[in-house]
Amino acid sequence: MDSTVMGITVSDSTAAVGALTPRVRPLAGLRQTLSLSWRTLVQVKHNPAELIDFSVQPVMFLLLFTYVFGGAIGGSPHAYLQFALAGIIVQNSLFTTLNTATGLATDLEKGFFDRLRSLPIARFAPLAGRMVADLAKQTWAIAMLLVIGIIMGFRVGTGPLGVLAATALVLVSTLAIAWALVLVAMLAASPEKVQIFGFVVLFPLTFTSNAFVPTASMPGWLQAWSKANPVSVLSDAVRGLMVSGPVARPVVESLLWAAAFTVVFAPLAVRAFKRRV
Amino acid sequence: MTYSIIADGLVKRFGETRALNGIDLAVPTGTVFGLLGPNGAGKTTAVRILATLARPDGGHATVCGHDVVRHAHQVRQLTGLTGQYASVDETLTGLENLVLIGRLTGQTRAAARARGQDLLASFRLEDAADRAVKTYSGGMRRRLDLAASLVTRPRVLYLDEPTTGLDPRSRNEMWEVVRGLTATGVTVLLTTQYLEEADLLAGEIAVIDHGTVIATGTPDELKARTGALTLAVRPARAADLAAVRAVAAGFTRTAPEVRGSTVAVPVTGEDVMPAVVRRLDDAGIAVAELTLRGSTLDEVFLSLTGHRTEDELEGSAA
Repeated sequence: MDSTVMGITVSDSTAAVGALTPRVRPLAGLRQTLSLSWRTLVQVKHNPAELIDFSVQPVMFLLLFTYVFGGAIGGSPHAYLQFALAGIIVQNSLFTTLNTATGLATDLEKGFFDRLRSLPIARFAPLAGRMVADLAKQTWAIAMLLVIGIIMGFRVGTGPLGVLAATALVLVSTLAIAWALVLVAMLAASPEKVQIFGFVVLFPLTFTSNAFVPTASMPGWLQAWSKANPVSVLSDAVRGLMVSGPVARPVVESLLWAAAFTVVFAPLAVRAFKRRV
Repeated sequence: MTYSIIADGLVKRFGETRALNGIDLAVPTGTVFGLLGPNGAGKTTAVRILATLARPDGGHATVCGHDVVRHAHQVRQLTGLTGQYASVDETLTGLENLVLIGRLTGQTRAAARARGQDLLASFRLEDAADRAVKTYSGGMRRRLDLAASLVTRPRVLYLDEPTTGLDPRSRNEMWEVVRGLTATGVTVLLTTQYLEEADLLAGEIAVIDHGTVIATGTPDELKARTGALTLAVRPARAADLAAVRAVAAGFTRTAPEVRGSTVAVPVTGEDVMPAVVRRLDDAGIAVAELTLRGSTLDEVFLSLTGHRTEDELEGSAA
């Protein structure tokens, strides 16, 4: 029986303590992860700026790069689009991991994390919930880029399976990179600092790859770096899977990069997360 | 008497600083227990340990018999936390916040919604149910935060400075709510820097300073411990303030304190009153107000620690 005061049903002082569960069941942990993903996605509804962030911004990049730089870089906007769409997809996914990090840092800063941690829920749910939500946002952004790209004249050179494989590869890679960003968020614990990190690291990393520009046009010293750059490797893999060109080698290399990122950063991120929370 | 919270020698270090230096607490079930101390005394650290958000470096604590470290999951099922800062998601609506917590703790969608709407109505937030929390006023946000900590029907509730930064009206509303809670059998651990707040709400108080409990007891016991009364004199003319201060100094060993237009001194007994009146009269000072009253917790704190709480002016103004 609940007792009521001022209309507030508060607690049952005679409730048996035996009703407590000793630990979170795995299925409950999964449900909690989904509830927290729902929360991150509902935020979008209330914050149109975020919608611009992950819907309008990639499309703007696509339009600007294709029609402004396309002719100069690729000979014609159409030829450039065939080359650059893969790069824009990779770049957009990479920048989305920044949202994972700023979101986490905001939750830490505002104290929402303390609220979650005071609840009897799985310890991993707050982190997993955000990562799942960001994967959902990315899938949406990739689909949108593809549809608009196709309207602009992009032609898939392989087939639906190739496109699916490319999407899966991008998601796997971003998930791996997201661990590094989670670590940054835990160490910085302020959304502004995370943004600065993104600007200082992610921006140059992306622009010194072959995501937007063929490596051959760069000066020699930069070519060496650009070829090794994981963003180039992933962009090549996506091109191979969606358009044409070698597939096996860039895909394997991308997966190795993803594995390396996960092995190095996931334990560090989880440790920082546990210490932080 | 049964105790809902028992802490035994809690120690917490942050680098070189000892935030907690061996805190002992015993909070009787169904009461409001006040943890009173200035900023940085260790109140929040103690609450974070009891709410399983931080691990103690020494000592141990139980909530309803469950160890806060080894049985943290059980403790979380029994407790609710209202933090120093409203820890809800500002971008979500009030109702969405409450539904989220309900869903996270295993309620069905319908049950979480119903519970959320009930709580919003109880806290007079139903009109703001579908508005983003970032549009709420400070008082509304704090009420929502409290509502959020009640979604799970906790038996022990931590209120970490629930009224800090609120205007007097919102503060009074909050006090009403806290009083209502204990009538339902919930045990409340309240931290506050407002002495008036602890005096009004708590059945028992632990005064903490620099990570140690320096006194415990009911508000009356703490007041009695100083064994003092306070004499307050307000001259009719502000120009007489210095003269009043000089007169008052003759009745006490400690320096008289001037607060606004009033001079206050601790005195030992009621028998000083006629002498005070005579001396003021001799000095030709017209008096607007002359009172002799029991010490406030504020004054108790001064006599226990030798220093005032940092927010004493705010506290006494509330």
